[in-house]
Amino acid sequence: MSPAVEFQGVTKRYGTVTALDEANFEIARGTLVTLLGPSGCGKTTVLRLIAGLERPNAGRIMIAGQDVTLLSAAERNISMVFQSYALFPHMTVLENVCYGLRAAHVKKALAAEMAADKLALVGLAGYERRLPSELSGGQQQRVAVARALVLEPQVLLFDEPLSNLDAKLRRRVREEIRELQQTLSLTALYVTHDQQEALAISDRIMVMNMARIAQDGSPRELYERPATRFVADFIGDANIVPVEIERLDGAEAMVKLGSFRLHLPHHGATVGPAELAIRPQALIPSIGAAGGDSLSGRIAKASYLGSHMEYWIAVDGLSSELLSIWPDVTQPLPVNAKVALGLATSGVAIVAKG
Amino acid sequence: MRMFSRPSLIWLALGWVAVLLLPWYGMDGIPRGVAVLPAFGHAIWGGRPWLGPLLLPMALASWAMIGQPRPRALVAAGFAGIAWTVAQGFAILHHGWAFDWLAGLMGGSGPTQPALGWGALIFVFACLMMVAYGFARLGFCRGDVFVIGAILLVVGLIALFVLYPALCILFSAVRDNDGGFAPHLFLTKLLNRSIWGVDCLFGAQACGTAWNTVAVASVVGLLTTLLGLGFALLALRTRVRLKPLIGLLSVLPIITPPFVIGLALILLFGRSGVVTVWGADLLHLPRSRWIYGMSGIVVAQVLAFTPIAFLVMIGVLQGVSPSLEEAAQTLRASRWRTFLTVTWPLIRPGLANAFLIAFIESMADFANPLMIGGNFSVLSTDIFFAVVGTTHDQGRAAVLAIILLTFTLTAFQAQRAWVGQRSYATMGGKGSAGQPAQLPVGLRLLCYGAIVPYLLLTVAVYGTILIGGFVDSVGRDNTPTLRHFLTAFSIDHGVGGWFLSGSAWNSLLTTFEIALISMPFTAVIGIVIAWLLDRQHFFGRRTFEFLAMMSFAIPGTVIGVSYILAFNVPPVALTGTGVIIAIAFAFRNMPVGIRAGLANLSQIDRSLDEASLTLGASSLRTLVLVILPMLRPAVTTALVYSFVRAVTAVSAVIFLVTGEYQLATVYIIGRADVGDYGVAIVYSAALIVFMLLVLLVIQLGIGIRRPGARAVPHTEAAPPLTMV
Repeated sequence: MSPAVEFQGVTKRYGTVTALDEANFEIARGTLVTLLGPSGCGKTTVLRLIAGLERPNAGRIMIAGQDVTLLSAAERNISMVFQSYALFPHMTVLENVCYGLRAAHVKKALAAEMAADKLALVGLAGYERRLPSELSGGQQQRVAVARALVLEPQVLLFDEPLSNLDAKLRRRVREEIRELQQTLSLTALYVTHDQQEALAISDRIMVMNMARIAQDGSPRELYERPATRFVADFIGDANIVPVEIERLDGAEAMVKLGSFRLHLPHHGATVGPAELAIRPQALIPSIGAAGGDSLSGRIAKASYLGSHMEYWIAVDGLSSELLSIWPDVTQPLPVNAKVALGLATSGVAIVAKG
Repeated sequence: MRMFSRPSLIWLALGWVAVLLLPWYGMDGIPRGVAVLPAFGHAIWGGRPWLGPLLLPMALASWAMIGQPRPRALVAAGFAGIAWTVAQGFAILHHGWAFDWLAGLMGGSGPTQPALGWGALIFVFACLMMVAYGFARLGFCRGDVFVIGAILLVVGLIALFVLYPALCILFSAVRDNDGGFAPHLFLTKLLNRSIWGVDCLFGAQACGTAWNTVAVASVVGLLTTLLGLGFALLALRTRVRLKPLIGLLSVLPIITPPFVIGLALILLFGRSGVVTVWGADLLHLPRSRWIYGMSGIVVAQVLAFTPIAFLVMIGVLQGVSPSLEEAAQTLRASRWRTFLTVTWPLIRPGLANAFLIAFIESMADFANPLMIGGNFSVLSTDIFFAVVGTTHDQGRAAVLAIILLTFTLTAFQAQRAWVGQRSYATMGGKGSAGQPAQLPVGLRLLCYGAIVPYLLLTVAVYGTILIGGFVDSVGRDNTPTLRHFLTAFSIDHGVGGWFLSGSAWNSLLTTFEIALISMPFTAVIGIVIAWLLDRQHFFGRRTFEFLAMMSFAIPGTVIGVSYILAFNVPPVALTGTGVIIAIAFAFRNMPVGIRAGLANLSQIDRSLDEASLTLGASSLRTLVLVILPMLRPAVTTALVYSFVRAVTAVSAVIFLVTGEYQLATVYIIGRADVGDYGVAIVYSAALIVFMLLVLLVIQLGIGIRRPGARAVPHTEAAPPLTMV
C-alpha cells in the first residue's frame, strides 16, 4: 500500500529565503509522525505544503499515492487543526463541525448527526449550541479536533495544537490526541517545538533544522543515539565533549575519553578529533578520587530540584563544566567536593557537527 | 481534461446574445439617428461592417469551450473580443476617424460612433468572464474562477473609471480646444507665469497659483498638526475628560459639507459679518476684507482639518506605551525630560504623517477657496474656472490638474514611505498597562492656549450655521424668522394634493437618490478590493495595490475634470446623466471601503480562511460564510460613509451636475454665490443635522446587532479620514 504522504524532492522558497530544501520522506499509514524543530526551521512549511496552503517551487507531493502537487487545499483529502484553532467565531460549535460536511454537500440532518457523533467522541456532547467564545481553551481545542475528524481525512495535520493551553492541560490533551489517533488508526502529522511532547506521543520524529530534516527516527533512537550535535542538544540536554576516535571497526568507532575506551556507532565520523554527546543522566558522580574507568572533577554548583539534584562539575582537562542529573536528593554532594565520574551504558553517542 | 462546467457555458451564451440580439448602441434610450440593431445587425444592414469581426472571437470561444477544453484559445478569444471593442471605440470618434492615417486609408469623412449600449457592455463582461475561466483552467490563482473573475472585473472598472479619465487629462493637456495636437501649447501652459510666477516676493502682484497652493497647504499642515498634537496630548496625557469631545471631533469633518466653514467665516468676519459689525460699533475698528483670500482659506481649512490631524495624533500617542514613560520616570527623569527624551521622539514620525495628510487635504480642498478665496487663486479653483469660466480652456484645466495631481501624489507617496519606515508606535506593543505620564505644566498651558481659541471659533462657526438660518439676516438684522426655512423646505397643499414647494426639495431628493444608488456599489467594490489585496496573491498585485491606493490621493476636482474629458463623447458617453454622478461617487469614495475593509480584515486571523479552505470550501464560500459575517463592521462603515460623503461631496460632482440632476451642495454654493445666505445656511444646517442623525441611528444599530464574536477581538473599524 502506498504511504499516506510522500515528499519527493520538495523545495519551498519565499523570495530568497529557502524554507524547505529538497525534502524527501514518507509517512506510513496509521502512524503519528512529529515534526520537531526550533521556530523558523521549516516544519510549519511542511505542514502547509501538505495542506495545499502553499505551493512548492520544486518537487512532488503525494497523498495516498495520488499526486496532489497542483490541487488546491479544498480539493485535498486532509484536514488541519490550527494553532489558534481557527474556530469560526460567528458559528456555533455544531455549525463549526458541520462546516466541512456542508461544503461537501452532505445533507443538513446527516451532517448534524455525524458532527454530534464526533463531538461526543471528544467529550463535548451537549455543547453543540454554544459559541466558541463560550468555551474554555481546552474545549475549543477539542472542537477544532472534532471539526477535523468529522471529514475522515487521509491525513490529519496538527499545527502546534497545544501551545495555547497551560502546562497541566497540555499533558492530558496530548494523551487524548494520541489515544484518538490509535483507536481510529489515523495518519497524523504533528508539528511542535516541544521535545517532551514529541517524545511522548510519536511513532516517529523528524527533527528539522535550517530547512532540512536533521534526523528521522523513533523517539528512543533520537534520544539515545542522536546523529548530530544539533539533535543531541535539541532533544533533552546534552554535554558535548571533545574526544579522539582511535580507529573504526565496521559501523562502530573506538573512542578515547580520559581513561575510558568506548565502542559506539560512528555516524560517519572519521579517525581523529570528534564530539561526544553525553546525557546528564549518563554521568554518574561519586565522592572520592578517580579510580578505574572514571573522570576526576570537582562539584562547581549544586541545585536541589525536588525530584533530583543538578550538579555542574568541573572536569580535569575539559574547558566547560558538565551537567549531571542524579536522583538521590537525600544525600547531596557538597560544592567543591572532589568526585569521580562514571559513564552509564546508554545515553552516550558520537555526533556529527551541525 | 475535464469539460467546461455549465455555469461557464452561460457566459458563452450571454456573449452570443449580446452580439446577436441586444442593441449595440445606446443605454439611456437609443441615440438619435441610430438604428436599434445588435452588433451583428449593424455589420450587415447598418453600414458598420467593422462590428462584424466581433463574431470571430465568439466562434473561437465556442470552439474552445464546447467539447475538448482549450483554455489558451478561450483566453485569447476573450481578450480579442475586448480588444476589438476598445479599438473600434477609439478609432472611430463621434465625428469620424480618430486618426488622420485612418481617414487617408479609408477615405471620406468616415463613420460615426454613437454611445455604446447594453449589447457592448454585456459583450465585454461576458468576454471578461470567459478569460477568467480560461485562466482558471490554466492554473492561475490556484484555479479559482471567482478570484480571477473578481480581479479582472475590478481591474477593468478601475481602468475605465480611474485610469482612462486620468489618461484623458494627459491627452487633452497636449491638445488645443479644437482637438488638434499642440505640444507647444502644453509647454506654454505648463510654464505659465500665472502658475509659477513669484511676483509677490518682489512687488504687489500676485504669485502663481502653484505657489499659492503650496503655501496654503504648508501653513495649514503645520497649524493643524500642532493643534492636533495639542488636543491629543490634552486628551491622553492629562486628567481632562475629553472623551465626548473626541467623539464629536471625529464625526464633525465627516458630516460637515466642506464649504460650510468658509460660509460661516464670511458671516462672522466678512465686511458685514457679526464680529466685524461688533468691532466697528464697539471698538471703531475699520471694516476690512481680510477674510477673503489666503488668511480666510487658512482659517477655514485649519478649522476643517484639525480633527483629522487630531485623530492621527491620538492613534500615534496611544501607540506609545505608558510603561515606557513610567520606565523613564523610575530612571529619575523629570516630566519635561520624559516628554522630550521619550514621548516626543516616539511621536515625531506621527507628526510628519499628520502634516502630510493635512497637506494633501488642503491641496484637494475646493469648496473653501471657492467660497472665501476672493482673488487669491489656488489650483483646485483655477481648474474649475478654466472649465466653466468665460475662457473655457480645457487644455489649461488639464495642465493645472496634472500639476495638482503631481503635488498630491508626491505628498501621498512621501506619507506612505514615511509611515512605512519609521513608525515605532507599535513596537512596545505588549504590556501597555500603566499610568501615562502627566504633561509638564508649561506644555499643558501651551496646549490650552492653542486649543481654547480653536474650540471657541468652532463653536462660533457651528452656532452660526445652526442658528443663522433662523434669523432675518445674520449680523445686520437678528430678528428670528422662519422665512428662509420655509423658502427652502415648505410643503404646500394645492391642486392635486400636497406637494414639496420648497426650493431645496428637488436637489435634496436627487442627492439622496444618487447617494443611495451609489452606496452599495461603493461598499462592494471597496470591500472586494480590500479582500483581494489582503487575502489573495496574484500576478501584478503590487501594481494593483498602487492603483487602488493612488485613488486615495486624487483630488475631487481632478476627478471631476477627468470625467468631463473622458465621458462627454462616445464611445462611453455618460455626462448629463445621473449615472455618471453615481459612478463618480462610487470611485471617489471607494477608498473608504478599502480602508475599512483592510482595517477589519487585518483583525481577522488568516487561519480562519485557511481552516475553511482545508475543510473543502471554495473561496467564494469562504468569503460569504466566513469572512463577510465578520466584516460586518467594515461593511456598515463603508455603506454609511459612502452615503454621507456622497451627500456632502462638492468638488468632483460640481462639474457633472445638470439642471435635471442638481445636488444639494452645489445648490447651496449657488445660493451663497448670489448672496442668498439665509437659504444656504438653513440648508447646510439641515444637512448637518440629518447626517448626524444617520450616524447616530447606525451607531445604535451596530451596537445592538453585534455578532457574538468575542473570540476575535474586533474593534470598530477606524473612521476613515475625509478627502475633500
